[in-house]
Amino acid sequence: MTLGFVMLVHTAFDRAEQVAQYWSNAGCPVIIHVDGKVTQKVFRAFKARFDGNRLVRFSKRVRVEWGTWSLVEATQLATTRMLDNFPDVRHVYLASGSCLPLRPVGELQEYLFANPETDFIESVTIQEVTWTVDGLEAERFTLRFPFSWRKRRKLFDRYTELQRKLGVRRKLPEGLSPHLGSQWWCLTRDTLEAILKAPDRIAMDRYFQRVWIPDESYFQSLTRRYARRIESRSLTLAKFDTQGKPHIFYDDHVQLLERSDCFVARKIWPQADALYGTFLDPDRPAKRVAEPNPGKIDRVFARANDRRGDGRQGLYNQGRFPAPGFQGPVTCARYNVFSGFADLFETFDLWLARRIGGRVHGRLYHPDRAEFAGEERVLNGCLSDSATLRDYRPQQFLTNLLWSTRGERQTFFYGPGDTPEVAQFMARDPNATICVISGAWAIPLHLSQRPMDEIRSEAARLQRAELAFLKALNDVGVTARVHQWTLADFVVQPMEKLQNIVDEITGPGPRRLTDIPPMPDLSAFPEFLQRLRNEGVKPVVMGDFAATPLPQGRRRHGR
Amino acid sequence: MGLLSSYRMRLRRKRWRARAYLRRRELTCVENRTGQIAKPDLLLFCTVRNERTRLPYFFDYYRRLGINHFLFVDNGSEDGTREYLARQPDASVWTTTASYNRSAFGVDWLNWLQRQYGARHWCLTVDVDEFFVYPFCDTRPLRALTDWLDASQIRSFGAMLLDMYPKGPIARHTYVEGQNPFEIAAWFDSGNYVIEKNPGLGNLWIQGGVRARKFFADRPYQAPALNKIPLVKWTSDYVYVSSTHALLPRGLNQVYDVDGGEKATGVLLHAKFLNMFVDRAEEEAARGEHYRAGDEYKTYADELDPRANLWCKWSERYINWRQLEILGLISKGNWA
Repeated sequence: MTLGFVMLVHTAFDRAEQVAQYWSNAGCPVIIHVDGKVTQKVFRAFKARFDGNRLVRFSKRVRVEWGTWSLVEATQLATTRMLDNFPDVRHVYLASGSCLPLRPVGELQEYLFANPETDFIESVTIQEVTWTVDGLEAERFTLRFPFSWRKRRKLFDRYTELQRKLGVRRKLPEGLSPHLGSQWWCLTRDTLEAILKAPDRIAMDRYFQRVWIPDESYFQSLTRRYARRIESRSLTLAKFDTQGKPHIFYDDHVQLLERSDCFVARKIWPQADALYGTFLDPDRPAKRVAEPNPGKIDRVFARANDRRGDGRQGLYNQGRFPAPGFQGPVTCARYNVFSGFADLFETFDLWLARRIGGRVHGRLYHPDRAEFAGEERVLNGCLSDSATLRDYRPQQFLTNLLWSTRGERQTFFYGPGDTPEVAQFMARDPNATICVISGAWAIPLHLSQRPMDEIRSEAARLQRAELAFLKALNDVGVTARVHQWTLADFVVQPMEKLQNIVDEITGPGPRRLTDIPPMPDLSAFPEFLQRLRNEGVKPVVMGDFAATPLPQGRRRHGR
Repeated sequence: MGLLSSYRMRLRRKRWRARAYLRRRELTCVENRTGQIAKPDLLLFCTVRNERTRLPYFFDYYRRLGINHFLFVDNGSEDGTREYLARQPDASVWTTTASYNRSAFGVDWLNWLQRQYGARHWCLTVDVDEFFVYPFCDTRPLRALTDWLDASQIRSFGAMLLDMYPKGPIARHTYVEGQNPFEIAAWFDSGNYVIEKNPGLGNLWIQGGVRARKFFADRPYQAPALNKIPLVKWTSDYVYVSSTHALLPRGLNQVYDVDGGEKATGVLLHAKFLNMFVDRAEEEAARGEHYRAGDEYKTYADELDPRANLWCKWSERYINWRQLEILGLISKGNWA
């Protein structure tokens, strides 16, 4: 009672030879199918390398094309040869020339000996399949595919489309329930003989000749008819990427493969010397009997597929540059923007940093320079504080800043007069929390001793800028969390409003605010607004001060 | 992409091909060993001028990566560069004294050589101070990457320039022949790059890094482009149109994903800021053979005090490609 290997080879003959020798040295017969596209000269040279080895034989050659019946035909021929030539073979293992045994054959034989009647073949009903890339699942069985997908893609697509439109449906042969699964299986002699000697084999073969990728469905479906016990998984470790092509293993995967406890892996890069050297070493110590456990490898490759498909959110680089209209997140982390607070409260930045943690910058978009926290001139990632550099691509200044400081909460001030191009970007970013006290910019003007002429033009400029900012915040498509008050509203119960903001940023906690930073004396502020009005600037963003009790003097709010 | 714009691009490609064809006469063959090139060989194309000290390490690095044949255009070197190159058993060398500027900074010459010898090969086009780093480059040879690209039906591979600089004055350390330049210029800027799509050719236009931070802070628009596509599975009708920043046909420039995913990319570590650079900047500024008549070099010559320090406290010290991946400068894509 023994185990036989059927090997489909089309390239990397040196490696295929190594593996075939390895298996035959362990006493396992090997039938090799060499692709009919390989020249006679190459084929003969390859065959000659096994002269004198009675356990390695070759089957009739077929020209194999990916995704077509020819692959199943080649498998049938080689398997038939195996069953006829080696009557004591109980299990047949289908492998390719780029497969590599990861554990000594003895361990695999023991494993199969313990499960003598089990067929190891991944076989999943078409309703459950999630891995197909082309989206053709049920249609593989109900449409016809006479054109090559690789060489005549357009014709393939058009003919498929045409059949869909015409509503063509092939009839499934009697007694066939369509299943799909990995091409690489290990089946018992009984099951294989039942499939290959079935009375309706001709009809079945004719049906599968027009099925799309029959090598993933022929044995997978027919095994269901005859098998006594199916383990629906492949003993060959093979992972597929987003394009549906197999992931390749290299020398640096050696530990990952060792720990997987799988019996065979594919596909191996032909020049992975260390892998072949390690796993084909005849002196390699046998390990404990363990169940295959590809979990870790699964995770590595699943992560790679995610990286290619979804990428890292909020990152812009030479390999990831989402087109305008991209629906995903535009920044990598949440951040907070405060407008007007620093005008109303003295030392607001220090107070805020104590309450919410992280880094609290000044006005990052200040016309003179980016006011990084702690008066820094350069920030993480060597981000410069130069206003010209920043304003060259103001949105990417922000995305860069957030990317380089990820893991640390970022907060900054933004006021009228700061680079306007980012306003809309932030307003449409769900990662942004934007808190605005509109009209607070007038307080420093009010407290300044500047001549009224200057104040008037400055007030007009700032109000215009702020109106544009407020418009962006109230536009359609705003997804940022926006908290907006007029100055008049805010000063009524500032503690409560700050509490809400802090709760939102840090998450609600048991600690209540007990103090807020000092505010200047605003008793003369309505008068100042009236003066502005008299000068011809109509203050509209501050709210209605007529009904507002104003904070008196420099007293601390709180208990 | 409309028919008209496609046609315009086609004309543009033809024009670059014609230029390469005309300038082929400027090249004189010094040593032609291209007969050695075998079917699957990896080729490297490079234009040099007076770079003798840099060459030994350059050859070392790229031979280790698995380059099989080097094709050089020597632009009138006077320091033994040409002779050194001609002695290398795996290099073919052409020489010219024609204008670097008028040959579109060597593009015409290399386009010609690529058309002659590059077809059906993976071609890496770099300068002598550019060192290609790609995911897994410490454990997998370049051939592993190109095999994977072939299997994935990808024809071109992006690798932006990453300017490297020393800590302290540039002229403090003297580069010794054969030395790994990144022992001296070990630092880089990790997170200050800005990107825009070039609407015509579809490539990304990347600027930033230490050069924008130190030399172009007041006119960022003029900061040098850092985007490059140095690795291409060549076909005889491909052309580089502006250094290795962009190619035609345009599809080759699509080395980035537009739906949020990440395509696999690498970097070219740029060993520009070494002690040789200080003298070189003055010379190149006077020669005016570089982009915008060496305008960039004038900037360096004017502003580059030999005592200048490009380093800042947020500079990253280069470790390996994994570090670049974590920093977000490169990506593995779905290569694992």
